Amino acid sequence: MSLPLVQHYILQTDCMFAYEWLALRSVNSSRSAFACFLLSPLFFQKFQAPSDQSFRCKMPIKSVQAVFKSLASLDRSVEKCRIQLNSEKSRLTITLHCKHGLLKTHNLSFQDCESLQAVFDKESCANVLQAQPRLMVDTVLHFPPSLEEVNLSVSSDRVWLRNHVEDDSDSSRAMMTELCLSAEEFDHFAISTQTSVTFCLKELRGLLVFAESSGLPISMYFDEPGSPVILSVTDSVLEGNFVLATLSEDSNPKNHVNSNTKRPDAEQPPDDFMSDDMDSFLIAMETSELPGPSHVPTSPPPPSNNRKHSFSEEEPEEEALAEGPPNKKFCSLFFGSVLPTPSQLPNQTMQSQEVLASDSEDENQTETS
Amino acid sequence: MKFRAKIIDVGCLNHFTRVVNTVSRLTKACVLRLTCDHLYFVLSGRVATGGVSMWCELSQVNFFDEFQLEGVSADANEIFLEVAPENLSRALKTAQNAKSVKIKLTKKNCPCLTLAAELPSLSSVSRVVTHDIPVDVIPRRLWHDFREPQMPDFDVSIYLPPLKTMKSVVDRMKNLSNYLVLEANLNGEMNLKIETELVSVTTHFKELGNPPWGDDGSQSSSPTHRDPDLMAEARVDIKKLQQFLTGQQVNPSRAMCNIVHRRILHLIFLHEDVSLQYFIPAVM
Repeated sequence: MSLPLVQHYILQTDCMFAYEWLALRSVNSSRSAFACFLLSPLFFQKFQAPSDQSFRCKMPIKSVQAVFKSLASLDRSVEKCRIQLNSEKSRLTITLHCKHGLLKTHNLSFQDCESLQAVFDKESCANVLQAQPRLMVDTVLHFPPSLEEVNLSVSSDRVWLRNHVEDDSDSSRAMMTELCLSAEEFDHFAISTQTSVTFCLKELRGLLVFAESSGLPISMYFDEPGSPVILSVTDSVLEGNFVLATLSEDSNPKNHVNSNTKRPDAEQPPDDFMSDDMDSFLIAMETSELPGPSHVPTSPPPPSNNRKHSFSEEEPEEEALAEGPPNKKFCSLFFGSVLPTPSQLPNQTMQSQEVLASDSEDENQTETS
Repeated sequence: MKFRAKIIDVGCLNHFTRVVNTVSRLTKACVLRLTCDHLYFVLSGRVATGGVSMWCELSQVNFFDEFQLEGVSADANEIFLEVAPENLSRALKTAQNAKSVKIKLTKKNCPCLTLAAELPSLSSVSRVVTHDIPVDVIPRRLWHDFREPQMPDFDVSIYLPPLKTMKSVVDRMKNLSNYLVLEANLNGEMNLKIETELVSVTTHFKELGNPPWGDDGSQSSSPTHRDPDLMAEARVDIKKLQQFLTGQQVNPSRAMCNIVHRRILHLIFLHEDVSLQYFIPAVM
């Protein structure tokens, strides 16, 4: 098994396994970033699907990270890695077969969960860029590691990356950095609308580490501000998708965002809080009813048009719920309750059932400075 | 007021970056003084800095390929800017393999030093990275605060031991005490001493050599016949000394210190085209 893969999960909540393909999914606490890695059976030396076809579970990513802690030492000493599911005992056993006959066995317990799938559609995005990871890495180097958000602007032949600054008294004295790249540097450059989107740089960095080590080009799909940016790496045995929310109504990247902006904190709440959060959210999915004042459209809406419509519908709800300044500019991604049929590939857009949830659970979180 | 400058040579760029890095490790904010021939990074001694002051002088022509300055007025053809050297450092960091780096004074939301680097790219069109570093223009009436410091009337002047050695000694001493005494004499001997209730430690250096100041005006007019074995000392905050030694990125061709007995420790690092002076006040 290719161990480097597991090193690069950067979103810190739960990961889930699904049948047929091995799907590892994760979402951050403010639900503004979602990652999904799909591994085909060919990725592994041996792959035996569980007898119960719709198996899925979740576990804290820290437990998994603890097993695959040091990449260097793994490379040096591990010859084989075996992952075994024991559904009766709710346990995942990871056995590392190391040199000199050494066996390290890790038993991780997991919990049941509903499926987690962000609603996104790469094919309907107006703009697509594809670049070698080296280009992205070199670009991101110009920005400090602490930078939260970055703005990406495109024209017909140029791409600009700028650091994004919130509009407050401190920021007018902030250092502004802008990197301009020509379209020629990209493997693929298909821009149909000149636009500018702002998203979280930290999440991108995680994907870059993986892409660079695997040498896979990165594709970026994006639309207008408010629609998520999708970053994708693919090869014959795996597909990774990172879906990041973008700031909405960010028409001019040079202008500071409206001072009323409040966006959900991207930092980690304590694990307990998070798992409660997820559970209540997911339970609500099942029953098609959500706690609190958030609303849910009961009839399945028509596909792509509705996505835009729903985003704007969502915001008034968020305004009512947020304790601080009203406008939450970051839209949380849609999460559909998904009951995949055997014929459906897990990464397709789930249009059949769309359920909206607001960030009511995030009220307690404070704005990042 | 206008300022534009350009660096083309990669060696000059690296050297300039190292100087800026050194300055950024010594202070969070300083004054950048620009004249037609020189750049100065100045930190004037204030209570806030613990009385520490710094004067770093660069000869412009050794770094820049193009350098145009129009100062505040014809008779005051200089520009004084307050800047955070760390920002400059950050901007220069990723431009180390640039084909060219241009620096100019601009006005965006506020006055800025804009640094634009043309980077190599995979295509025929270069990548351009632009950094806008906010600065404050210092009005002329405050310029006297940032004058070149006078050479103090020192009692002893001595070359420093190898910086690496000195730094490792000071690093270890810092664990034991907050204050360090540096004493030296005209016989090329220097001691670094710390003393606490429990322990006292002294490190001795010999045969360091004393710079030949000769008849420089800063020495007192009567030929001093100072006893060569007599030590002059200064007790300083060890953190400040350590900060200075740690920050050095440029290996000086000459490193020396002047001691005004129980008053000031004056450290001087000389390089071909850069000089750095650092003043640490003595404490009781």
